[in-house]
Amino acid sequence: MEPFKKTKSIVTPLDKVNVDTDQIVPKQFLKLVQKSGFGKFLFFNWRYDENEHPKSDFVLNDSKYDNSKILVAGDNFGCGSSREHAVWALQDYGFSVIISPSFADIFFSNCFKNGILPISLEQNIVEKLQQESEPIEVDLENQTIKTSSDEIHFDIDSHKKKILLEGLDDIAQTYQFEDKISEFEKQSTVPSVL
Amino acid sequence: MGKTLFEKIWDAHIVVGKESGPSLIYIDRHLVHEVTSPQAFDGLRMNNRQVRRPDLTIATMDHNVPTTDRGLPILDQTSSVQIKTLEKNCQDFGIKLFDINSPNQGIVHVIGPQLGITLPGSTIVCGDSHTSTHGAFGALAFGIGTSEVEHVLASQTLWLEKPKPFEIRVEGKRKNPHAVTAKDIILSIIKNIGTGGGTGTVIEYRGEGIEDLSMEQRMTICNMSIEAGARAGLIAPDEKTYDYLRGRQYTPKNYESLVEYWRENLKSDDDAKFEKQFTLHIDDIAPQVSWGTNPGMTCDVTETVPTPEEFSKGDSNQKKGAEKALDYMDLEAGTPIEEIKIDRVFIGSCTNARLEDLIEASKVIKGQKISSDVRAMVVPGSQMVKKQAEEMGLDKIFTDANFEWREAGCSMCLGMNPDILSPGERCASTSNRNFEGRQGTGGRTHLVSPVMAAAAAINGHFVDVRKMDLS
Repeated sequence: MEPFKKTKSIVTPLDKVNVDTDQIVPKQFLKLVQKSGFGKFLFFNWRYDENEHPKSDFVLNDSKYDNSKILVAGDNFGCGSSREHAVWALQDYGFSVIISPSFADIFFSNCFKNGILPISLEQNIVEKLQQESEPIEVDLENQTIKTSSDEIHFDIDSHKKKILLEGLDDIAQTYQFEDKISEFEKQSTVPSVL
Repeated sequence: MGKTLFEKIWDAHIVVGKESGPSLIYIDRHLVHEVTSPQAFDGLRMNNRQVRRPDLTIATMDHNVPTTDRGLPILDQTSSVQIKTLEKNCQDFGIKLFDINSPNQGIVHVIGPQLGITLPGSTIVCGDSHTSTHGAFGALAFGIGTSEVEHVLASQTLWLEKPKPFEIRVEGKRKNPHAVTAKDIILSIIKNIGTGGGTGTVIEYRGEGIEDLSMEQRMTICNMSIEAGARAGLIAPDEKTYDYLRGRQYTPKNYESLVEYWRENLKSDDDAKFEKQFTLHIDDIAPQVSWGTNPGMTCDVTETVPTPEEFSKGDSNQKKGAEKALDYMDLEAGTPIEEIKIDRVFIGSCTNARLEDLIEASKVIKGQKISSDVRAMVVPGSQMVKKQAEEMGLDKIFTDANFEWREAGCSMCLGMNPDILSPGERCASTSNRNFEGRQGTGGRTHLVSPVMAAAAAINGHFVDVRKMDLS
C-alpha cells in the first residue's frame, strides 16, 4: 500500500447526508474480479443520466474540481453495504482524503486498508470546509488541516495513523503474532466446520 | 462489574489485547461469496500466502446468480467469470464450496444457520454487511471489507477496535403476531434510532418481545442491525436456539456438551453496563412501510407520507435528505400509505426468505390472485428452503396466485443478477435496503414484511394486513 503523508488540493463539496455505498459504486459494477478501474463508476447514477451523459448539476462534473483530492461530505458517509469497491472507486478517481461528521464503521475500516484518510470533524467545521474555495492542506503527521484562514486539528487512532504513514501491509504485521495465534487455536473450544 | 454477552464473546476471542487501540480477534467461522472475495484470493497469491484454516471457511455463490432454471448457462459474462473465479479459488485453496448446483446453495446468511455452521458464542465474519444475521444465535457476527476477507483467509484473525455495547429492549406483546412481524419491530427500531443510531456499537436485543420470537424471526431482527449502523446485533441464546441447531448437517458432534457450556455462559450479567439504551414497546405497533430512500424513512401503514419538516424535526440536512427522497420516490407528502400503488412485489433476501416467511406470506395469498397490474416473485433464501416449501405445497399456492417461484439467491434485494426493477417501477420488497437504485437504476423500493408484501400483491397497493383474515 502507498503511504499517505500529506496532500493539498481544493475540496469537492458533496452536500448530502447518509451517502450509502450503493451510491458510491452501484451494484452493476461489482462484478469485476480486480481492484483497479473503479473510478469511472464512482457515483455513477448521480454523475450520468440514463444515456450516460454527465449531469451538469452534479459536483463531480464541474471541471473546477477535476484535480481535487479531498471530498467533504455530510453525516454518516459510507453507510450500507460492506463493498470495498466503494473505497477502490474513490481512490481510483483520485480522492485520498474524505471528511465528514461521521462514517459508517465498515467503510471507515476499509479506507485504512487502501491508503485513504477518513477524517471526522464537527458538523459546523465540515460545513465551513464545504464553502472553502482555496486549496487546503491535510497533514497526517501533524494531524492538521490548513485552510486559507484557519488551522484545524483532527484526531486519529495512533495505530491507524502509523499504518497510513508507513503504508504497512496489515497481514505481514499480523504474522509477527503467529505464536500467539497458534497458542489461541490450541485452547479454542469452537470445533471445525467440517 | 458484570459483562455484557458481547463483551464475554469478545474477551474469549482476544489473541493479542492492548491497553488502547485495536485488539487481534480470532475468527471461528468465515463465510465467503463470489462478489467480495476474488481480490482477496488474488492478494494471497501475489504474496504467496495460504488460507490458514480452510476447515473454518465455507463458500457459496448467492449475489449474482440467476434465479431461473439452474440447467441454463449464465448469460451475463461478468457474472459467469465471477462464479468461475470463486470455483477456482475454492479449489486452489481447499475451501468447501456449495456451488450453484448444490442442494445446500443459498444466501450465505440463510444457509449458515440451516446447516448448523452458525454457533452460539462464536465469531463469524463474511464480506457482506448482513452477516449481523447470525447474531440471532448469540454469535458475534459482522460484515467486513475485501481487505479484511484477505486478512482472515491468511491469519484467521482481525485487528478490531472494540465496539460499545448498546441495549435495545423490546417490551410487550403484539396483539396480532401474524400481521405485525419481526420486520415491523426492526423497522420501528430503525425509524426511532436512525440509520446512524447504532454506529460504533454492538446491539443486544432483549426483553419479552424478543424472547417470544422464533429463531427465524430473530434472524430478521439481527439482520437489519446494520441498517441502524451497528457493527453487529445479537440475542442471547435460549432453548429455542439450541433446538434449532440440534441435528443439522454440520452441527458439531459434541453439540450437547457445547450447549451445557453455552447455557451457563452466554448471557449478559445482571449488573452488566450498556453504554447506550433504547426501549421499544410493541403492544400497539402497526405494520411498517418505508416511504423514502433509507430504512429510517419509515412509517405506519395507517399514516400518510410525512412532510420533510415533520420527518426532519428541525435538522436542515435531514430535511434536504427527505425532500430528495420524496422526489426520487415520486411521492407527495400527505399521501396515505394505503393509496400508494405498486408495480412489483419481491419476497426474498437474507432478511425475509426463510421457510416461516414463505408460510406466513402464503396464508395471505391462498386462494387469491395477485392484482393484474402487479408482477410478483418469490425467491427462496436457499435451495433447502425452496425444497421444504415445495414439500409443503407452498410453491403451488404462490404460482396459483400468479407469483413467479424462483431458484435461491440474493436476487432483487440488490439486483446484481437479471432480477431488477425498471426505471420508475415501484416495488413492495421484503428486503433490507431502499437506497436509490438498489433494486435497479431508477427503481423505487418500499420495505415491508412478507405478509404486507403479499397483501400489496393482491390489492395492487399497500393495505393494512391486520384487516385480513390470516387464520
